[in-house]
Amino acid sequence: MNVEIDITHGFDGLTLRVEAEVKGGLTAVFGPSGAGKTTVLNIVAGLIRPDAGRVCVNGRVLVDTGAGVFLPPAKRRVAVVFQEARLFPHLSVERNLLYGAKSRDGLADMVDLLGLGALMTRAPGTLSGGEAQRVALGRALLSDPELLLMDEPLSALDRARKQELMPYFERLRDEARLPILYVSHDVEEVAQLADQVMLLRGGQMQALGPVAQVFAGEGMAPEISRDMAAAVLEVSIAGYDARDGLTELRLGGTPLWLPGQAGELGHRLRLRIDARDVMLSETEPQGISALNILPVTVREVRAGPGSGALVALDHDGHRLMARITKRSVRRLGLEPGKRLFAVLKTMAVAARG
Amino acid sequence: MLGLGEAEWGAVALSLKVSFWATVLSLPLALITAQALARGRFWGKSALNLAVHLPLLMPPVVTGYLLLVLFGTQGPLGRFFALFGVEFAFRWTGAALAGAIMGFPLMVRAVRLALEAVDGRLEDAAGTLGASRARVYLTITLPLMAPGIAAGAILGFAKAMGEFGATITFVSNIPGQTQTVPTAIYTFLQVPGQEGAALRLIVVSILLSAGALIASELLAARMRRRLGR
Repeated sequence: MNVEIDITHGFDGLTLRVEAEVKGGLTAVFGPSGAGKTTVLNIVAGLIRPDAGRVCVNGRVLVDTGAGVFLPPAKRRVAVVFQEARLFPHLSVERNLLYGAKSRDGLADMVDLLGLGALMTRAPGTLSGGEAQRVALGRALLSDPELLLMDEPLSALDRARKQELMPYFERLRDEARLPILYVSHDVEEVAQLADQVMLLRGGQMQALGPVAQVFAGEGMAPEISRDMAAAVLEVSIAGYDARDGLTELRLGGTPLWLPGQAGELGHRLRLRIDARDVMLSETEPQGISALNILPVTVREVRAGPGSGALVALDHDGHRLMARITKRSVRRLGLEPGKRLFAVLKTMAVAARG
Repeated sequence: MLGLGEAEWGAVALSLKVSFWATVLSLPLALITAQALARGRFWGKSALNLAVHLPLLMPPVVTGYLLLVLFGTQGPLGRFFALFGVEFAFRWTGAALAGAIMGFPLMVRAVRLALEAVDGRLEDAAGTLGASRARVYLTITLPLMAPGIAAGAILGFAKAMGEFGATITFVSNIPGQTQTVPTAIYTFLQVPGQEGAALRLIVVSILLSAGALIASELLAARMRRRLGR
């Protein structure tokens, strides 16, 4: 399974330039709004004709401007889950699901997988946002695509609905054996769902690689609104303290503690550490309730537009971020190379066998 | 019922026949024209738009005269259709043609509005699910336009029912052949002592118009419910 994208396309006064080869799994197309994420998706889906370039899925050419090839969307076998579900309002949920299907064969399994049993006879107008998005996902999958595109499928939903849908997306990623391009500007979604990240900014592809690696890269911070700044780290499970109910993790040489039993010994775990959950201290804090304290070195200080600043930190080759006030930057005299201690809350987002 | 005489029944039946065919035959053409005007990009689009709307703006007698010139037994189109055994001048078919042309702009406008209200993103979504353009049109575009198409058809039908000027100019006012309800009312009003017949036909006209309006409202409401709006 692979998807080759090599395109140049002018849009909104910018030039979109993406050259990437993506294997199976879920690839997040990540970046701030206006970066060209949705344009990439529309070009792959065939809804936009690129100025120049080619797109191939499993060796099949979908568009090649040089060779004058342009397959219409209907012939691409590329299904799309749009931000606004786009269910057909005059058809029942069941008929929506079957719209792109060649037979009813996969229907029962899909209904089970997505928990749609009670919705089949309903009209799309009566569904909640989360239900509609589940139907849209089922409809896309039943069309038997070779590639699935998802355009911010959760962004129109509230937090509770997002959390309700995430497990379905995880199951899909793990069971469907189908490459997925997933457009998002939400670190939380990307950290939880993505196998790899394509980072876009101003139409230019900045990076493509495993999540932790791309998140550790330079120039990551401006992609993320200040509230969403986070580090994503891959760690291994080193032990479990049954008395306190804490899982011990290893990050470099330092232990980290996570509430609950996060998984089997030796398994890998992905952590998201939000920048706003990281405090900095000049001296090693003593007599503090926080369990996780890491020695770090300042790599970069970036002042925000308001009172805040984002500090990029390095711990044993792992990149962390802290969001603190400009006043604290001045008081602590933060500059690249300064050694500090980071006090953090951690959150495990996804277990990876 | 209503105490209608034979001539009056003849006019009602002819009007219904004329309006039915005027509507049925012009509806597909209205769909194509609306599609071209709403979504097409081609040379002469404004000219087409003007031509479609002209009957709405011209005096009906002018439309009737032009029909006579074009579709009369000596007219170029009249001769062409005569090859297939279809004649228009002074026939009920001519009344249907006049009704169709006068109702056409109304029909195109209603259908065009409905088409422009169809969310193109739904058609895109259908395309990504593997549906050909024809299938997208038949299964998504057309059903979503249905309320507007129904409204356009009823408007066209009502216009054809009420058509007077172009009809009387083109096919005259021959009882039993080309005498529709409006031309019959006109005739009865010209003759002393026929006010009763005229009044009965006027009542029939009002009932038919109200019936068409109520039918269109009910239909539109049902379709809106089905579309979940």
